[in-house]
Amino acid sequence: MTRIIDRRFDSKKKSAVNRQRFMRRFKQQIRRAVSDAIQDRSIRDLDNGEQISIPSKDLSEPQFQHGRGGVWEQVFSGNDQFSSGDLINRPPAGGGGRGQGKASNEGEGEDDFVFHLSREEFLDIFFDDLALPNLIRTQLAKITDYKTQRAGFTADGTPANINIIRSMRGALGRRLALGSPFTVRLRELQKELDEVVEACGEDSPEAIALREEIARVRAKIEAIPFIDSFDLRYNNRIKVPKPTTQAVMFCVMDVSGSMDEEKKATAKRFFMLLYLFLNRTYEHIEVVFIRHHTIAKEVDEDEFFHSRESGGTVVSSALKLMHEVIVSRYARGNWNIYGAQASDGDNWDNDSPICRDLLDTQILPYCQYFAYIEITPGEPQNLWREYEKLMGAHKNFAMQRIEAPADIYPVFRELFKKTLV
Amino acid sequence: MKRAAVKKLQQLPATSEWTFEAIDAYHTEIARVAGEFGLDVYPPQIELITAEQMMDAYASVGMPVNYHHWSFGKHFLTTEKGYRRGQMGLAYEIVINSNPCIAYLMEENTLTMQALVIAHAAYGHNSFFKGNYLFRTWTNADAIVDYLIFARHYIAECEERHGEEEVELLLDSCHALMNLGVDRYKRPPKLSLAKEKLRQSERTEYLQSQVNELWRTLPLHDAKPGRALRPRFPPEPEENLLYFVEKHAPLLEPWQREIVRIVRKIAQYFFPQRQTQVMNEGWACFWHYTLLNRLYDEGLLADSFMLEFLQSHTNVVYQPAYNERWYNGINPYALGFMMWQDIRRICESPTEEDRAWFPDIAGSDWHETFDFAMKNFKDESFVAQYLSPKVIRDLRLFAILDDEHESKLKVSAIHDDRGYRRVREILSDQYNLGSREPNIQVWNVDLRGDRSLTLRHQEYRRRPLGGTIDEVMKHMARLWGFTVRLETQHEDGTVELVQETRIEKRRGHPDN
Repeated sequence: MTRIIDRRFDSKKKSAVNRQRFMRRFKQQIRRAVSDAIQDRSIRDLDNGEQISIPSKDLSEPQFQHGRGGVWEQVFSGNDQFSSGDLINRPPAGGGGRGQGKASNEGEGEDDFVFHLSREEFLDIFFDDLALPNLIRTQLAKITDYKTQRAGFTADGTPANINIIRSMRGALGRRLALGSPFTVRLRELQKELDEVVEACGEDSPEAIALREEIARVRAKIEAIPFIDSFDLRYNNRIKVPKPTTQAVMFCVMDVSGSMDEEKKATAKRFFMLLYLFLNRTYEHIEVVFIRHHTIAKEVDEDEFFHSRESGGTVVSSALKLMHEVIVSRYARGNWNIYGAQASDGDNWDNDSPICRDLLDTQILPYCQYFAYIEITPGEPQNLWREYEKLMGAHKNFAMQRIEAPADIYPVFRELFKKTLV
Repeated sequence: MKRAAVKKLQQLPATSEWTFEAIDAYHTEIARVAGEFGLDVYPPQIELITAEQMMDAYASVGMPVNYHHWSFGKHFLTTEKGYRRGQMGLAYEIVINSNPCIAYLMEENTLTMQALVIAHAAYGHNSFFKGNYLFRTWTNADAIVDYLIFARHYIAECEERHGEEEVELLLDSCHALMNLGVDRYKRPPKLSLAKEKLRQSERTEYLQSQVNELWRTLPLHDAKPGRALRPRFPPEPEENLLYFVEKHAPLLEPWQREIVRIVRKIAQYFFPQRQTQVMNEGWACFWHYTLLNRLYDEGLLADSFMLEFLQSHTNVVYQPAYNERWYNGINPYALGFMMWQDIRRICESPTEEDRAWFPDIAGSDWHETFDFAMKNFKDESFVAQYLSPKVIRDLRLFAILDDEHESKLKVSAIHDDRGYRRVREILSDQYNLGSREPNIQVWNVDLRGDRSLTLRHQEYRRRPLGGTIDEVMKHMARLWGFTVRLETQHEDGTVELVQETRIEKRRGHPDN
């Protein structure tokens, strides 16, 4: 008795639990890999999963095994040149697949263990690092919000959506259209009848015949259905992405000699988080990268994060440039302007008051939000002290000193609070 | 029989898309022919699954149900990656040694492949599972699926009660010792779900009381000075490390012992498969080849079917030469298939050489010879018994001796008159689990002292133990709960301490 069973529609993802356990167990390694991956990513690119590789030795499953050495005597196939007693030089170490019968077990050898993280998993780890609260996590990880809105009428739908006025109007029109030949005929007959009655009297055979004819036509008109499924109209609702506008995000970063790679990496996360946040709120986002040491320059993302320059620091140069860009490109039209500035706080002393002034008068009035992070383990620098004075005056200004990526989130607290309510 | 073939010369469907009707039609014919050849099988149960389900099945070592563990997740990711990138095709089939015998067919396969898989798995492997002595003694096809369900529930329950982490650590340790968790010589009792559940609570109580043996030695007779007479513990070295842990580890909780037992039982279930790869795969290849050819001879199969089938078959039984890039040891499919074909040849048309080498089987009835060979051997003995000079010549086998004390490798035997026996001996030894894996046994427990456990490794041909010993020893120490030592006994009889893993906290776990 044989059975052929179709299991294709059985529950899928049988291994999902095992996969989660794997992820949990190697969280450390995976997190490290994610943070490496962030280095190579564009800050706009947060909607994809990631290819993660972790060293395979970390996740080996140990067993008692023979090591190399001692005496091995093995059989090979395809002899083409040897006869018994031949002596051969040892092949160079690692060369040739002289595996020990378990070669097929782990064909990977010493390579890293590579696997793919989904977008959710990737963001989860990214948020983990930034110590984002759960509610905000879910808010950010969602892709787009839709709202339903009316969009005219359709000929099919659910009974709950029937539009009565439309349907009745249609029915009326149909009745008129279908009935019109008969109405005309009816009118003619009526007229004829009137004439016949006039001429021959009520009960003449012609009059009777005409009356019968009239009754027949009436019956035909009445046979036209009052309402037909053909007449029904339904309210149409469609899903549209939430009305969004455009935003521009300014990334301002100090690239003077004192900003090392690690600080830049922290800054990058800060920018990424802001981007992610904006991405959720606005449909279209432009990003302007401004880097500065003593002179500011607008650059593309690659140059922004990767090229390295040294020298002194004049922060106001960047703010001036930002102002110019705002005025020339984003002042007109409905651009929501966001600014994010990252620096190690080291500024030329006389420049800091100028910066505060620039922000106060020329930038903050245009901005929805401006966030400043100072990446430094030490004492606050002069720029910080100047900026502090702005805190009371502007609600759309936030600043935070950062040592680790987990400190970034408080900067956004206000921002998130605003949109979550 | 002949008449039946003549009567329905109706060709089987030759499309490449499969349908349930077509699979059924093929299966009916294959079953008929298999019956004519006298294959004794468990009733086959054919299940169609998707590629993803195939990867799931892969990840849980081919079983339809299994408990949860991260290592299965890791295997799943490896398989998935290979498959997505197209580096690796999935196996066409997975077959489970159970009654009924479950054979998985993958949705993506063509009709030809499905027919091939039915012949290969549902009749080839199936009959091997049912007939071979190792499977008959070590596994119980009726109970395995039930047992796995029991194991899965039990472990899930433990996770709820004691925390996933705790259970995971324990499973890690058990997995590390899995290969040494089998009885090689004792015959295990059969499993059954009902009995297992019934006996489980009894057993845990009983076990816990037995463990106290270790504790009890202290106060009773310390007046007697005759320490030399004190019996060793264990009295005989114990080869099954997990069994020893389950029965004697002093600090394990009852549920921990049960989990050790589950891992041990599953290891035992897979033990025969590790010892019969060449025979089993060769047997299955032989039968899919023979069965489908018979159907072709009867005129039931289209030529296009045969071409596709032969191409797959040839790929499977291809043996690359040692110097080709894709050489990866002796291909068990190739060796097994050639040997079974060769045995049939020896039976049907023996040469002088065959008569000299195999006087018992040359010219005998091949069905009977096959039946005997399939039932009573494992790879090691099968190669030693049946590898003929012709196969050695055909595969151009040669042996290389690699002695670390010599500066050069030596070709110790090739496919010539002087070499046949030597090649056969070496190849047979290659399939001997005893020489493939290090021989490590429980040697002694210091009952009077610190309860430390000593494992002894019997060195084989001067081969040292490989890289991950200290990891495995940590796992052993975690299970045992006290210091664990590993000694190597060299071939000259001297004993050397290889590793000592101490455990300080009694109830705690060693740090990873």
